[in-house]
Amino acid sequence: MYRYDAFDQRLVDERVAQFRDQTRRFLAGELTEDEFRPLRLQNGLYIQKYAPMLRVAIPYGLLASRQLRKLAHIGRKYDKGYGHFTTRQNIQYNWPKLEEVPDILAELASVEMHAIQTSGNCVRNITSDHFAGVAADEVVDPRPYNELIRQWSTFHPEFAYLPRKFKIAITGATTDRAAILVHDIGLQAVRDSAGDVGFRVIVGGGLGRTPIVGHVIREFLPRAEILNYLDAILRVYNRFGRRDNMYKARIKILVKERTPEVFAQNVESEWEHLKGGPATVPDEEIARIAAHFPPPAYETLTGDDTGFRSAVADNRAFSNWVKRNVFPHKVPGYAIVTLSLKKTGVPPGDATSDQMDAVADLADAYSFGELTVSHEQNLIFTNVRQSQLLALWSELKGLGFATPNIGLLTDIICCPGGDFCSLANAKSIPIAEAIQRRFDDLDYLHDLGDIDVNISGCMNACGHHHVGHIGILGVDKNGAEWYQVTIGGTQGEHAAIGKVIGPSFAAHEMPDVIARLLDVYVDRRHEDERFVDTVKRLGLDPFKERVYAAAH
Amino acid sequence: MPQLIKGGAVSDDRWTLVRDGAASLPSAPAIVPLATWLAKRDELRMRGDVGVWLAPADDPSLLAEDAATLPVIAVDFPKFADGRGYSIARLLRERFFFKGELRAVGDVARDQLYYLHQVGFDAFLLPDGKDAQDALASLRDFSDGYQVTNRRTPWFRRSDTDVPLRHRGATE
Repeated sequence: MYRYDAFDQRLVDERVAQFRDQTRRFLAGELTEDEFRPLRLQNGLYIQKYAPMLRVAIPYGLLASRQLRKLAHIGRKYDKGYGHFTTRQNIQYNWPKLEEVPDILAELASVEMHAIQTSGNCVRNITSDHFAGVAADEVVDPRPYNELIRQWSTFHPEFAYLPRKFKIAITGATTDRAAILVHDIGLQAVRDSAGDVGFRVIVGGGLGRTPIVGHVIREFLPRAEILNYLDAILRVYNRFGRRDNMYKARIKILVKERTPEVFAQNVESEWEHLKGGPATVPDEEIARIAAHFPPPAYETLTGDDTGFRSAVADNRAFSNWVKRNVFPHKVPGYAIVTLSLKKTGVPPGDATSDQMDAVADLADAYSFGELTVSHEQNLIFTNVRQSQLLALWSELKGLGFATPNIGLLTDIICCPGGDFCSLANAKSIPIAEAIQRRFDDLDYLHDLGDIDVNISGCMNACGHHHVGHIGILGVDKNGAEWYQVTIGGTQGEHAAIGKVIGPSFAAHEMPDVIARLLDVYVDRRHEDERFVDTVKRLGLDPFKERVYAAAH
Repeated sequence: MPQLIKGGAVSDDRWTLVRDGAASLPSAPAIVPLATWLAKRDELRMRGDVGVWLAPADDPSLLAEDAATLPVIAVDFPKFADGRGYSIARLLRERFFFKGELRAVGDVARDQLYYLHQVGFDAFLLPDGKDAQDALASLRDFSDGYQVTNRRTPWFRRSDTDVPLRHRGATE
């Protein structure tokens, strides 16, 4: 993975010193809360319900085992012994002390990590495909471009005070695992007919209060122009994005108000001035970064491992896990393994410091010392030999990370919600847990197949409820917590926004509501049809009828 | 009194900022609203001691022809979190080749100085109550950066003599 050189390290160290001084001045009363707020936000520090919350960047989700050990150490020393992996490939600590945050940032800098721009109205952590570099369907390895764009976005002086936050996601595969259609900018690395790398550029997608699927504004941008083009998009947004109403300040509103065609013309005219300029990326620079992502020392293997095949045939529990949690790898004899952070009774995405240390050891033993964090809030070992899957599975079971539920109903994406977040209208974690407890029959879950259940505690949509096949949104009704249900949302290359089925429900009704939605699916599905495809074929009505008939 | 930082030091200010376009112009050097400038351009240009200030929504291309001769252009930050002025500065410097004094005025504080300087501002009018001497240190918050700005080429375009750090490999 990318390693800092002296230049990268110096900037991160200088950031720690800068924030240490800003914190000192705030605590000494030299900075007001209003003056300090954007400074701490651009270092990932929120003031939350019970304590500050620190959001640490995991750039494009990639972690080395030594970095994970540091995250475990920080959880133990500065927090309550755990961390929460988020839907943007970050990790959050819910109980740090404000005065200790500069020390935490210094600890992070010692392993080439930071909390830079993980909040605030600036370019946020770059997110990407959690299978980057190993996916069987990959056209271009996006990691060098992820890093190039991470560097471009870090301390960009022109774009530190945008109208609103700004999220960029990048993929290089044909299957979109990075949700590029629902980001402020989505980039898909592609090849033209000559084999040259470029980007398909998508702008103006997003969830939140106004969910919109993004628009392609350019089908092919040569890779050398990527930073010029990003500068052009951001400049148009910085100058003309709305600043009068924070709910209309995201780029998606500007794109919508101007129309995607006009917005694209604005960007292209700005780009005309920048094209070929100093920010044009030389091939040597891309090669320099790409050299940080060599393939690991794979053994040369010929096809599937026979021991693995027979273990799958003999051991039903193992085979269930393989079916759900193991994915095809581009190299013969290797596999991609997802560690489920969705065990019933544990808040989705949470891991204790002890678990993080254990995962770091396993990554060293089984996956060349690296792992990725997915936006579905799970951890991925990207390079595991098939012959070692059985051994890894037993170790993961002991840790509670082998729940065979990836992509199933209980693999719920869930924000921290009202238990922690001061923005939330309602709790989300207890809803996830109630659903996981109600649907604990593995045979039933496997029979239901792929269903994304996404839960957000408020309109900000950190739990991506709009793109859940079943989306659950916490709403406030006269001070009470209620839940609105959408169905038919989809993430990925066919991204779609779910539709509301009707009036909202009380928390205790939610497992029954889910059960009724599933009953309609089981009754009416065609063979091999996923829940969301049945919804698309039948429309909302049969689901509505069943859910609300039973309620009255 | 607002304090001026210019050329990396606390400095005396010979310019009067005329906020109100309807006010009569002082005989001393003055920085006037864009609308005033556009309305009386020929007359004001003759004086030689009149500059222009832009609000965040103003179009800097309206000064394209004047950029070569204006002694000072100021950009107003009604709230420091309104970042439009950063793009205006880069356009004035990089697209309209403005070489005179580019001054940040309004809600300008120490913790914004580094980025403001990078995009092309070389003068900063700090509001009353802020210690300009203390603020000078923040011009050096970072020793360098990745991006192309008014002050530097992106690090990946520099020759080894510019920044010998690059291409040396990882820290470990």
